[in-house]
Amino acid sequence: MAIGVKVLERPIEQTSYVRATLQGMGITLRHLFNPEKVTVQYPEEKWSLSPRWRGTHRMLTTEDGKAKCVACGLCPSICPANCIKLVPGEDENGNRYPLVFEIDEFRCIFCGYCQEVCPEEAIHVGRHYENSEYSREGFVYDLERLMAQTHPVCEMWDPADPKGE
Amino acid sequence: MMANVLGIASALQQGLATAPGAPIQHLAPLQSGWVWFLATIVKLLLIFTMYMIGVMFWIWVERRVCAFIQDRRGPNRVGPHGLLQSVADGVKNIMKEETYPAEANEALFVLAPALSFIPALITWAVIPFGAPWVTSGGQVIDMALAPLPIGYLFIISIASLGVYGIVLAGWASNNKYSLLGGLRSSAQMVSYEIAMGMAIIPVLLLAGNVSLDAIVQQQAAGGFAWNVVTCTIACFIFWVAAFAETNRVPFDLPEAESELVAGYHSEYSAMKFSMFFIAEYANVTTASALLATLFFGGWDIPFTLWDNVAPHTFLKTLLTFGFLWAKISFFIFVFIWVRWTVPRFRYDQLMALGWKVMLPLALAYIVVIAAACLGLQMAGFHTGQWQFTVGLVILNVICVAIVFWLMDRGRIISPAYSRLDRRDIDKLRRAALDRSKFQAAESAASAGVGGAD
Repeated sequence: MAIGVKVLERPIEQTSYVRATLQGMGITLRHLFNPEKVTVQYPEEKWSLSPRWRGTHRMLTTEDGKAKCVACGLCPSICPANCIKLVPGEDENGNRYPLVFEIDEFRCIFCGYCQEVCPEEAIHVGRHYENSEYSREGFVYDLERLMAQTHPVCEMWDPADPKGE
Repeated sequence: MMANVLGIASALQQGLATAPGAPIQHLAPLQSGWVWFLATIVKLLLIFTMYMIGVMFWIWVERRVCAFIQDRRGPNRVGPHGLLQSVADGVKNIMKEETYPAEANEALFVLAPALSFIPALITWAVIPFGAPWVTSGGQVIDMALAPLPIGYLFIISIASLGVYGIVLAGWASNNKYSLLGGLRSSAQMVSYEIAMGMAIIPVLLLAGNVSLDAIVQQQAAGGFAWNVVTCTIACFIFWVAAFAETNRVPFDLPEAESELVAGYHSEYSAMKFSMFFIAEYANVTTASALLATLFFGGWDIPFTLWDNVAPHTFLKTLLTFGFLWAKISFFIFVFIWVRWTVPRFRYDQLMALGWKVMLPLALAYIVVIAAACLGLQMAGFHTGQWQFTVGLVILNVICVAIVFWLMDRGRIISPAYSRLDRRDIDKLRRAALDRSKFQAAESAASAGVGGAD
């Protein structure tokens, strides 16, 4: 005989074939007519995202429609996945701007460091999750595409609760 | 009352003990001629179409009901309320690539899905699905495809072929899980077939015939003297055995996802897998039809004799057809309902239930019913008289009370500790009880200390 076998006396209501089965059938029947379903009918209904959701990026623009980015190079240096490609340029007034700004969304790990580090509040991770493309190249977002995004951006932290408590 | 009943069954029925002086009026059903030929073709097409559409419908119902029971929505995209989901699945499965395991026995591998599906379909040939229709020319058209005089024997022999499909699928796949599923199903289906066959004998005793037509006529004759009230225990055994025969939960051990991947059809893909799926629902439909026919009056409309007296119009045929389908639908719903409620039996429990409970119960019940019939006939009451029915009903109430009392004592069939010595079990129970008491005291004490802090 095995040591430590525990044999419990169970109440008859739980082990009887008739009562326990009928009780179970009653429970399932109640759920059958329960109008409250847990399914979210996805394309029609959507979950509301947390304000701190970090999704695909968005580049904010100034009033005259230019990217806020000054090509300082902080985001490619902080990026742990090395997914940002930045080639800085300079105009005749000495203002720096990005000649090339590409984010490979497949390499991105959505840590949000780029947004945190950006001094101009230009690059943001967005509250957005519906991404689909026909090719892998489609996920390399260039500057134009980043500027064309319209979804809301992530609020890295709640100003009222900066420690996330 | 019986005099009004039009006995359409074969001449075999004349042999049964009916009330003296109440002859059954016989009309020979049509056996040849172009009307018979045409009627047979129409019936064939009707049954096959209804059956296939029905199977598609039941697959959808199963998925919807299971979703509702789990507070989900189920398929609701293809067609209104997802009704065309099965069509979409069918199209998908036909387009899919068929895979063959490298070491499979290809001939048997291909044969198995068909073998599991066809017996369920053939069974429908003998099930009477409506009141017979007498045409204006005075010709009787039986509403069964082939009203065989050996009805029930035919069903038993065909139903036992169903196991071959599953066993061959398990064996031909050359996969150990499939093989285990096949082995389990062979043992299970053979065991429960015996209980199933035995459970029917009281019904055959009452009808005095094995023809399904005669069984339905006998039930229809009494208004509500269906076999479910005169042979309740037999109905119960048949119902349980039907679950086992169709491999549905709680007896779905041949599939047993948690142990055997998908059991006998693990290796099947595309339309061949679909065939097993269709076969399951075909079997469920057939089992429900048998349950309705043998115990719930078949096409009989309850509480009225209007449906089984002359004139036999087409309206009556249609209505009785509808009633049979209503009964079948209800039983299929119960199949689905039970599936999403009850957990699976362990293998030894399944076998113990089949051989140690169902079979002795069925045998004992045959003795009880046979003795009761004999006793009632010696007392001067015969089948069809209300005293006879009432006597059987009273007997059944007593039997059901005894059986349910025995089942409701909390004794588990073949429990996990059944191999232990009785004294050891008692010792373990006491030990567990002591320990739980000790733990309760301990936790109460610690809670008291914590409260003091």
